Amino acid sequence: MAKTLAEKILSRVSGRDARAGDLVIAPVSRVMVHDSVIDAVIAGLRDLGRDRVWDTSRVAVFVDHAAPAPTPVVADSHRVLREWVRQQGIATFYDAGEGVCHQIMVEEGYCEAGTVIVGSDSHSNSYGAVGAFGAGMGATDIAVALALGRTWLRVPESIKVTFTGRPRKGVTIKDAIMRVVREIGTDGARYACVEFHGASALPQGDRITLAGMTTEMGAKAGIVVGTPEAPDWLFPDHGAAYANEVRIDLSALEPQIAVPPRVDQVVDVSEAVGQPIDVVFLGSCTNGRLVDMRQVAATLRGRRIAPEVRLEVVPASRRQFEDAMADGTLLALSAAGGVIGSSGCGPCLGRTGGVLAGSEVCLSTANRNYRGRMGSADASIYLGSPYVAAVAALTGVIDDPRPYLEATDEELDALIARRRAERPGRGAASVRSGDRSRELMLSAARSGVAMEIDD
Amino acid sequence: MSRAWVFGDDLDTDQIVPGRYAPFMVGQDKFHLYAFCDARPGFAKEVRAGDILVGGENFGCGSSREYAVAALAKLGVGGIVAKSFARIFFRNCVNLGIPVVESDEASTLVHDADEVALDLVAGVLRSPAGDARLRPVAPFAREILDAGGVVAYLRAHGDFPKLA
Repeated sequence: MAKTLAEKILSRVSGRDARAGDLVIAPVSRVMVHDSVIDAVIAGLRDLGRDRVWDTSRVAVFVDHAAPAPTPVVADSHRVLREWVRQQGIATFYDAGEGVCHQIMVEEGYCEAGTVIVGSDSHSNSYGAVGAFGAGMGATDIAVALALGRTWLRVPESIKVTFTGRPRKGVTIKDAIMRVVREIGTDGARYACVEFHGASALPQGDRITLAGMTTEMGAKAGIVVGTPEAPDWLFPDHGAAYANEVRIDLSALEPQIAVPPRVDQVVDVSEAVGQPIDVVFLGSCTNGRLVDMRQVAATLRGRRIAPEVRLEVVPASRRQFEDAMADGTLLALSAAGGVIGSSGCGPCLGRTGGVLAGSEVCLSTANRNYRGRMGSADASIYLGSPYVAAVAALTGVIDDPRPYLEATDEELDALIARRRAERPGRGAASVRSGDRSRELMLSAARSGVAMEIDD
Repeated sequence: MSRAWVFGDDLDTDQIVPGRYAPFMVGQDKFHLYAFCDARPGFAKEVRAGDILVGGENFGCGSSREYAVAALAKLGVGGIVAKSFARIFFRNCVNLGIPVVESDEASTLVHDADEVALDLVAGVLRSPAGDARLRPVAPFAREILDAGGVVAYLRAHGDFPKLA
């Protein structure tokens, strides 16, 4: 019988003819653990009566969720983590500042296509970017996987998402996946695997955006079909059964906005135009890569951000950080008034690096906008693409980024001035220190960013 | 008898324990005191051992944080009955030994602060307005729950329950 990607992978690793609905015991090719849950994982292993992980070469440990440590309690937890890593003899250890676990897992090649990887983070679905069955689990499940090298899984039904066409300038794969979440809802893919068709030619970073955000639909895994990393056997059979199918024509797609406090409360940007923004967060495993930072720098075109707005830039990994530093993108973002944070999760989950106050409104390029996610429970978080983030930083409001990308220099200044004037008085205007002239900012942006940046 | 705490659809784990009150932010001995601190202030003080949470669709969605479940376990929550559960949350509850049971009827039949009793043997949640029928728990999960969680199960048996 024809099989989905999930059925193929789980059949292969479990040695059974696995069908949706079956339970299987699956060997894992790697276990990912991060700082946020390390105490519970260590306690779980101890409670299981195990001194050692099953295979030190297959364990990857990261300090990214609250890094560098914001409080003495966190610092102490990190100290315990490092001690554990040393005692266990785990070489694949990335300390504070190296970046978000998922970005590193994929870009440094720790995710083997066609295998099962479990991680202590819900966005471990990201490993489907290269064709792995990545699933997020809680600390005790992770402790069990560390002890046994195996986990139990219910073979998921699959949902087929097919992309056609090319997005227009100013529309990104983030808009595409938000459109999918809008279609499927936060629980529409519960227990399921989301299979992406028509996405194999996308850059690896875009595929991480897709696979990682399947978590926001309740999915167990999200896998891109036909990635360059996938072995020959890894394709869904013709005639495989899907629980649901969604088709998105990228060429007709508008920039999308997720309205707080739900990730599936998604509207076309036109319905959110004028919403005042106090803080812009550019980062996370969803949109913290070089391409995302370049899109923002390209949209700013040497302009400084609105004086009342804070722009927080947190590259997803040291590799992305250094690439953006080397090509001038970070200089352009800093000169524009952005604050560059060390690579990691940053304020995405409200623990470090510019968390939100009550009544503040944030435009975030990350993946969640729940109440309290980035700090105060009274803050509001809108989700959008890096282009939308750039315009929010420039003007202090949500707006359709496309006219800004098409505008001449004079038109751009007029657009920005008009939106800033319409924005109700909020926050306080900050003087930007430093003395970069517009010419220097422009040349920095240009050296990194061709103005006809890839969309 | 125990008290029912009724919640709506799509209750996410940030509502159960906000990330800023993670154990490693506030300490292993305190994080459970912040359970539902935004969504239901006073919960952690008023909840009694054996109380039952009742919810709608997709209970426990969002972050995989097991400490949301650990907080409920520490507070002695005796079970969770909802229309459906988010997958990681469901696993975490099984692993930590909190009965998680699906029921289409509970969220309409049971009101907040009702006196209820979870009867897994009879497969019902008893409430003043009547019995809400529960869906059977899968044998694999049931074996782990009966042992008091996956750690206790593995300590006793050395491996996962046998698959059918």
